[in-house]
Amino acid sequence: MSLPRVDPPPFPPPYPPGNPRFGSGDAVRVRPGIAPGHIRTPWYLRGKTGVVERVCGAFGKPEELAYGRDGGRVPLYRVRFTMQEVWGGKASRPDDTIDAEIFEHWLEAADAP
Amino acid sequence: MSNAREAGRRWHDMGGKDAEAIAHGEHDFALWEKRVDALLRIATARGFFTVDGLRRVLEDMGEDTFETMTYYERWIASVTENLIEAGVISVDELNARMTEVEARGPTYGDAQGAGE
Repeated sequence: MSLPRVDPPPFPPPYPPGNPRFGSGDAVRVRPGIAPGHIRTPWYLRGKTGVVERVCGAFGKPEELAYGRDGGRVPLYRVRFTMQEVWGGKASRPDDTIDAEIFEHWLEAADAP
Repeated sequence: MSNAREAGRRWHDMGGKDAEAIAHGEHDFALWEKRVDALLRIATARGFFTVDGLRRVLEDMGEDTFETMTYYERWIASVTENLIEAGVISVDELNARMTEVEARGPTYGDAQGAGE
């Protein structure tokens, strides 16, 4: 017997792009916000400035999904930070970089007041 | 870091904190732990909650549970709470079932051996 041929789903899936405010190469700053609830934006990056490496697509908003609500989709960015920016004088290799995925509502333009 | 900088940081958001040595050991998972994992996959696939809901409860359980409960003990506590919140099970149903299972005997083998 022969099994029917099944095409695998595309990987990565074609995530909806949303309507991203930032593009590749834009300098962005992570909002220094403090909030209760479930937040995916790591503490050590809040207030830090990096560069958008890519737009990942639009994904469900974790702060709302955590409580079983549909908060719509928000553009997600892969943002690149230098170790110097993140750890300051404690960075042993200041020119190395770290990428983190940050939602748009946690970002502002780096030159914003 | 200053206290002002740390104010508002939640316990689970550990990135950048000093840490103890990492335990590199491997261990097998117990059957019940695999079942907890499977339960999460089924519950999220059915749309009852998301991994964000799982993590929200884990985070709200507090820092003490990170030390006093094992990984999958914390998971089943969170999965249970999320299933109650989603209306999939009620507290009464859970209590009745737990009483029934407990009556089968003190071991996991006893608990599985009857009533299935």
